[in-house]
Amino acid sequence: MANVPAELRYTKDHEWAKPEGKRYRIGITAYAQEQLGDVVFVELPKVGSKVTAKQSFGVVESVKAVSDLFAPLSGEIVEVNAELPNAPQAVNEDPYGKGWMVVIAPAKADEWNELLTAAQYEQFLSEGH
Amino acid sequence: MNTPLKRTPLYAAHVKAGARMVEFGGWEMPVQYSGIIEEHRRVRATVGLFDVSHMGEFEVEGPAALAALQTLTTNDVAALEIGQVQYSLLAYPEGGLVDDLTVYRLAADRYMVTVNASNIDKDWAWVTAHGAGARWRDISGETGLIAVQGPRAEDLVAGLADVDARAIAYYHFARGKIASVPTLISRTGYTGEDGFELYLPWGDTEPVWDALLDAGRAHDVGPIGLGARDTLRLEMRYALYGNDIDQTTNPLEAGLGWVVKPAKGDFIGKPAIERVRAEGPKRKLVGLEMADRSVARHGYPVVRDGRRIGEVTSGTFGPSVEKSIAMAYVETPASAIGTELGVEIRGQARSARVVKTPFHPSRVKK
Repeated sequence: MANVPAELRYTKDHEWAKPEGKRYRIGITAYAQEQLGDVVFVELPKVGSKVTAKQSFGVVESVKAVSDLFAPLSGEIVEVNAELPNAPQAVNEDPYGKGWMVVIAPAKADEWNELLTAAQYEQFLSEGH
Repeated sequence: MNTPLKRTPLYAAHVKAGARMVEFGGWEMPVQYSGIIEEHRRVRATVGLFDVSHMGEFEVEGPAALAALQTLTTNDVAALEIGQVQYSLLAYPEGGLVDDLTVYRLAADRYMVTVNASNIDKDWAWVTAHGAGARWRDISGETGLIAVQGPRAEDLVAGLADVDARAIAYYHFARGKIASVPTLISRTGYTGEDGFELYLPWGDTEPVWDALLDAGRAHDVGPIGLGARDTLRLEMRYALYGNDIDQTTNPLEAGLGWVVKPAKGDFIGKPAIERVRAEGPKRKLVGLEMADRSVARHGYPVVRDGRRIGEVTSGTFGPSVEKSIAMAYVETPASAIGTELGVEIRGQARSARVVKTPFHPSRVKK
């Protein structure tokens, strides 16, 4: 079974969000990186740009495929992982740590409650998604 | 189409090894075991095993076999000695390609051709319609095929063969036994590394695969999926039918003029190909290196000064060159080495440059 940390929340597109004070760190799940295979390129928005929940905010490319990154929450990008352009393999090696993508300052506080809990995400995965 | 996927004799072994299985040309094949980049690097560093049993094989024999192959293929089959292999093409009268293939001269009047898995039915119809007079036999269903590729392939195969595999020259073959199984041992491959392709009886493929894995532990062997097969061939700029060459591409624009031998006599497609040669190809298949790590994929437009001048046919991140690389048809004036171009990726032109190929130096035993 894929690694699904209990303290995070999730989307059905396999992103995770982690609260850090009033901001949220965002990445893709262990399941997502495993499905993608070797990640070779990550395209992220600039600091200061606005993102909308469920809309694409970037792209992750593996050797075989290209996938959109969907924002779990609406808000402003306040930080991007500057290491990823040179070390995209961090997404495979440490998806919940060094492989994080962006930090979002949320525009709408209630969107967090719409995300899947770890238990709900595990249930979603077990249904074969 | 809803026909069930075909399986090679190694299907169960792949599943047991934890391979991720995908559909490829009507077959259920392993795309990766441990990961594409790791598998790719293993082949460049030590040795890897590929299940390519899905490829098609036809035998052709009789007094008319040579003439049939001379008519069907672009290369000069008369130049083949017994025990030699030749890369070649099947062309349409219009100059486009039915398939690319290898031709084996088994005996004075007997040959084998190896064709792409996804083209077996089309090729069979083509060769039997246009190579009449010779006796053709489709042996795809009774022939397993394992590729052993990498700098340690020679040690591995020589250690299991009852003939001197080290003495087999590049693009030659010998018959012998590998782990007691009668095998056609061919010094060929699709990776740019030294290695062999082992043609075996279908039902004996798995014991040989197991013997190679077992004896190969001393050489750091591992199974390699289609994902790494693709990145390895791309670094060598080897064409893949359906991506880089097809019915709409002629051999000269694809850079395959070296296997077109007009001096041998008439063959299907010759007048059309010679017309292209006289006029010069309007576009050429080139190697591109991307400035960043974004991946140029099949079908992406190639642009220059805001104008579309071509299209990507294959692209990937090359694990050995550690760059994003691609093959693309571009208008001939833009095909010179060093030309700066753009590849349109998600609506944005990203910098690319025409570079010399292969992208990674070939280490085949010439």
